[in-house]
Amino acid sequence: MEIPESVKKRLTLPAEEYFYAGHTACQGCGASLGLRYVLKAYGRKTIVTIPACCSTIIAGAWPYSTLDVPLFHTAFATTGAVISGIEAALKAMGYKVKGEDGVMVVGWAGDGGTADIGLQALSGFLERGHDAVYIMYDNEAYMNTGIQRSGSTPYGAWTTNTPGGKRHFLEKRHKKKVIDIVIAHEIPYAATASVAYPEDFIRKLKKARNIPGPSFIQLFAPCPTGWRSPTDKSIEIARLAVQTAYFPLFEYENGKYKINMPNPKKEPKPIEEFLKLQGRFKYMTKEDVQILQEWVNRQWEKLKKLAEVFG
Amino acid sequence: MAEYKPIRKVVSGNYAAAYAVKHARVQVVAAYPITPQTSIIEKIAEFIANGEADIQYVPVESEHSAMAATIGASATGARAFTATASQGLALMHEMLHWASGARLPIVMVEVNRALAPPWSVWDDQTDSLAQRDTGWMQFYAENNQEVYDGVLMAFKIAEQVNVPIMVIESAFILSHTYDVVEMIPQELVDEFLPPRKPLYTLTDFDNPKAIGALATPDDYYEFRYKLAKAHEEAKKIIKDVGKEFGERFGRDYSDMIEKYRTDDADFIFLGMGSLMGTVKEAVDRLRDEGYKVGAAKVRWFRPFPKEELYELAKKVDGIAVVDRNFSFGQEGILFTEAKGALYNTSARPLMKNYIVGLGGRDFTLNDVRKIAEDMKGLIERGELDEEVEWYHLKR
Repeated sequence: MEIPESVKKRLTLPAEEYFYAGHTACQGCGASLGLRYVLKAYGRKTIVTIPACCSTIIAGAWPYSTLDVPLFHTAFATTGAVISGIEAALKAMGYKVKGEDGVMVVGWAGDGGTADIGLQALSGFLERGHDAVYIMYDNEAYMNTGIQRSGSTPYGAWTTNTPGGKRHFLEKRHKKKVIDIVIAHEIPYAATASVAYPEDFIRKLKKARNIPGPSFIQLFAPCPTGWRSPTDKSIEIARLAVQTAYFPLFEYENGKYKINMPNPKKEPKPIEEFLKLQGRFKYMTKEDVQILQEWVNRQWEKLKKLAEVFG
Repeated sequence: MAEYKPIRKVVSGNYAAAYAVKHARVQVVAAYPITPQTSIIEKIAEFIANGEADIQYVPVESEHSAMAATIGASATGARAFTATASQGLALMHEMLHWASGARLPIVMVEVNRALAPPWSVWDDQTDSLAQRDTGWMQFYAENNQEVYDGVLMAFKIAEQVNVPIMVIESAFILSHTYDVVEMIPQELVDEFLPPRKPLYTLTDFDNPKAIGALATPDDYYEFRYKLAKAHEEAKKIIKDVGKEFGERFGRDYSDMIEKYRTDDADFIFLGMGSLMGTVKEAVDRLRDEGYKVGAAKVRWFRPFPKEELYELAKKVDGIAVVDRNFSFGQEGILFTEAKGALYNTSARPLMKNYIVGLGGRDFTLNDVRKIAEDMKGLIERGELDEEVEWYHLKR
């Protein structure tokens, strides 16, 4: 569809679409929104690799594809390795990779495929320094298999294998800090982002494009199906995740930390604000909420210190 | 066509593989070290370091990733190679299916090494044969020359049928043993093996494709049929490429089973890999003593050359299948395949399975002689004593 120039001028996001309508995502899916933004930022010369995850299905069954760019579907553990191979092949074949007019090599994997089964391949990709962008869309559980906990599931969450019950068998481990593991590799660029802040996300994607070497973005992507939340509240929930500092927005660029909170001077809201819109947290006791709040506070203080010392 | 003058080098099987990779103008190598494969990737790295080969080398963090990165490279459109052995191959298993399912013409050198526990680094074919159903083609080399030739032919074959190929050599017996290998001048390799022309790539931005997408029960079945058919069609291409190789370079590979003095044989040995060199030498000696024996070396285990096996089997009274491998709960793997291939034919030779050489146990000329004596007796009596014999067992 042709968008009039007068309208285009007012847009804060690229008008181009490389992610077709009519795909099979659930209502209110954060992941599909995220992938749409990725393609808006990178355009036609992008090769996307998707391991086993919701996006495998969202991208469409043969012979259809929701993505209007080349797409390689791969096995669960392999995103980091496959994008390494694609990048190596492009270089061998004489393509420019990354940069304004270069081919963009993108890994698009869920939190299970990144924090758990794909962590080794991710680490190898980061450590070897390939020119590609790895995006972890974080919906905090194995959603495609039916909501099982992952290393990225937060404390107190209900999932189908932490179902609560009489014995209060909920998730008792805090969310794995994948971004910290990534930063430990001292790559040129890593960032968190949220589907609730698309301008910030696209700015980060574009930055990743122009910084040579591996880049990593952890994208907060609500899942109404798995979070037991209303489908029209995804953006609100994602916004609250940032506003409560549960999922703060920040960048790590060449050794320097920069916090990108929308209202930097505001104190974070209490974590209950984020929890209350989601059925997955309904089994939490007051003590559980307190434990999670303390974790959030600890992480937030740590991040502020990092930004202060390495800003 | 320029005149062919081979370049003779004394190299190990692993170096023969590395030279073939260089001569094939491979563009991407992604590999992880494992004994006894390491000197392949070391030599390739040396070629790159010396400016002798222009290869993107990805030193991955596991064999699972080695195959995954090779898959990514091949899907992008590059000529891609990797190498492994044993535990590494087992770790790759998931991705072997991915390579064949995505129809990628990857070539991999696999050094046959026994699986642990108990730990062993020595020759044993169970690692590669356990990958039988992954959809890969399998070529077993008898000597270093066949490793070199095998890699060059494998790329040419794989890129025509879009099926990946394993070129398999024995741990240490080939991988680390030096022998004369006739290498082909680069310009003649280039004539034989032009650059890859992929059907689909990930760089077609104007007409983008999704590779490996979900197929519902309405479509998955046909995808499998196409791969099955590609293996069948590969038989002719294997023969054609093997013949062309012979015409150009003097070593003919048009037979998927190499027949050695089988024409008037009463019985034959059937086997694969380096142990068939020993068998062929033993056949010469047995012939000198009046035994009418021959050797049939299965070069291609996948696709399985059942037509050629039938032509052999119908002319002999017995087949001694020597398996340096075992399928627990059954028998040697080549034995199962050979029996199965003949079941619906009129060929009914007496067949016995000798399990030999597992984990690098030495298999000697004398062992072949003993097996020949045993087979001769069985054929004369017209019945088997036992179908599967653990030949070397300490009793």
